[in-house]
Amino acid sequence: MKPFTYERARTPAQAAAAVARTPGAKFLAGGTNLLDLMKLEIEAPGHLVDVQDLKLDRIEKTREGGIRIGALVTNTALASDDRVRRDYGVLTRAIVAGASGQLRNKATTAGNLLQRTRCPYFYDPNQACNKRKPGSGCAAIGGYSRQLGVIGTSDACIATYPGDMAVALRALDATVETVNSAGAERRIPIADFHRLWGDTPHIETALAPGELITAVTLPKPLGGTHLYHKVRDRASYAFALVSVAAVVQKDGSGRLAIGGIAPKPWRVEAAEAAMPQGAQAVAGRLLAGARPTRDNAFKVPLVERTIAAVMAEAKAA
Amino acid sequence: MEDDAGLAISRRGMMAGSAASMALAGTATAISAEAQPAAPAPTMPVSLTVNGRRRDLSLDTRTTLLDALREHLKLTGTKKGCDHGQCGACTVLVNGQRINSCLSLAVQHQGDEVTTIEGLGTPEKLHPMQAAFVRHDGYQCGYCTPGQICSAVAVIDEIKAGVPGHATQDITRRAPLTREEMRERMSGNICRCGAYSNIADAMAEVAGAKA
Repeated sequence: MKPFTYERARTPAQAAAAVARTPGAKFLAGGTNLLDLMKLEIEAPGHLVDVQDLKLDRIEKTREGGIRIGALVTNTALASDDRVRRDYGVLTRAIVAGASGQLRNKATTAGNLLQRTRCPYFYDPNQACNKRKPGSGCAAIGGYSRQLGVIGTSDACIATYPGDMAVALRALDATVETVNSAGAERRIPIADFHRLWGDTPHIETALAPGELITAVTLPKPLGGTHLYHKVRDRASYAFALVSVAAVVQKDGSGRLAIGGIAPKPWRVEAAEAAMPQGAQAVAGRLLAGARPTRDNAFKVPLVERTIAAVMAEAKAA
Repeated sequence: MEDDAGLAISRRGMMAGSAASMALAGTATAISAEAQPAAPAPTMPVSLTVNGRRRDLSLDTRTTLLDALREHLKLTGTKKGCDHGQCGACTVLVNGQRINSCLSLAVQHQGDEVTTIEGLGTPEKLHPMQAAFVRHDGYQCGYCTPGQICSAVAVIDEIKAGVPGHATQDITRRAPLTREEMRERMSGNICRCGAYSNIADAMAEVAGAKA
């Protein structure tokens, strides 16, 4: 691990200013992903600004009838919150489907959104990776790509966004709230938060350098049946090959967001109109333009089948 | 039991005896790895309570909580397996919650209360979970055992506190203290020897779980 200096910030604006004024600085929350990458020297910040004292660890009601989740609310606390369990069940389901109990106790809401891909070529410093070293190429293309993306990828990168929580947040139309070093606040719809890789796969989110996530808000509850199906190589503690976050209403209408297949939680609102016609019609529209590899072509029918399973379970509920 | 304890003490005593030279070697490695005559790696004071005792340390900021426990406080019960949060051998309790001590910097834990396997029980007075692991043969080589036991204690607390899990059928209710719930929640602790069924038996006994 490269040496670094460390400080604890007292306020969000102070934290943002500290990162903005120090070249190579990063925010540190739970650290479960950042520290892992620092050990491999894939991340090598010269300065860490620990945000644990910012008091962003509460979940409160919003005037609009939704909830505001502080950036530092842990995965365990968020999944355990009574309102989340009752009104946003897909979020609890997605969180407990991810990682391990130890990691969920430390992982934060903001850190989870910012976790980086688990593409094995990104993790191996001996391999070419446009995300790790811009312009070096992509060893995953033509390599072993079973875990990797089938849609929204580019000729520069076929990695996926690996998380579960964000897939549920996408189905729930969450908004990410931020503050920058000048103290200016901004609200970013979750749909715009994670970027498609394009030619710049090293730029993963809409955040500007030094911009700090302060909260994630959810609109008022949608009702309906909340489900999260995660298909993976192991029954627990593994990343998704395909996951489906669903909120399905009694009349069969609803929302679907897909994880494990793209640079971001994949949702196509227009495809949801086809839900009454069944999973095949939905999946066809969701995955229009998909470019799977030989290794991960199975994900295309797997998306359709997982949607079918979710819709069947919703109908039976 | 007596013999085992004797062996353990002599092995650790020998390691502690060579700690000074190990520390020197460590410093030299850190400097050369840093390429050329760069400034020495930053250090910071860290105070935390470990197993009820306040400890004041001065640490390279890169020191993980795991390395602080093992290398600086000589609490070698907590094990380093993968050092990447995948195996759970380093699991300890921080402020009552289980975490991977390998994925946490010591400086993040200023003022925290840490409980390691040494703090749960002693050879003379085992924690009920330690005793149950012995009774049910919840290990073979034993390397993952401290992490398994810390995690097992926390899992039962989590279920009692109402934390939902992936195996929970109805997330709007408190999860029942069943074997199925406990097994799923132990997935962050890997046992290469495959003692899982005996670990589950030990936990079920301590929890008084229903099948």
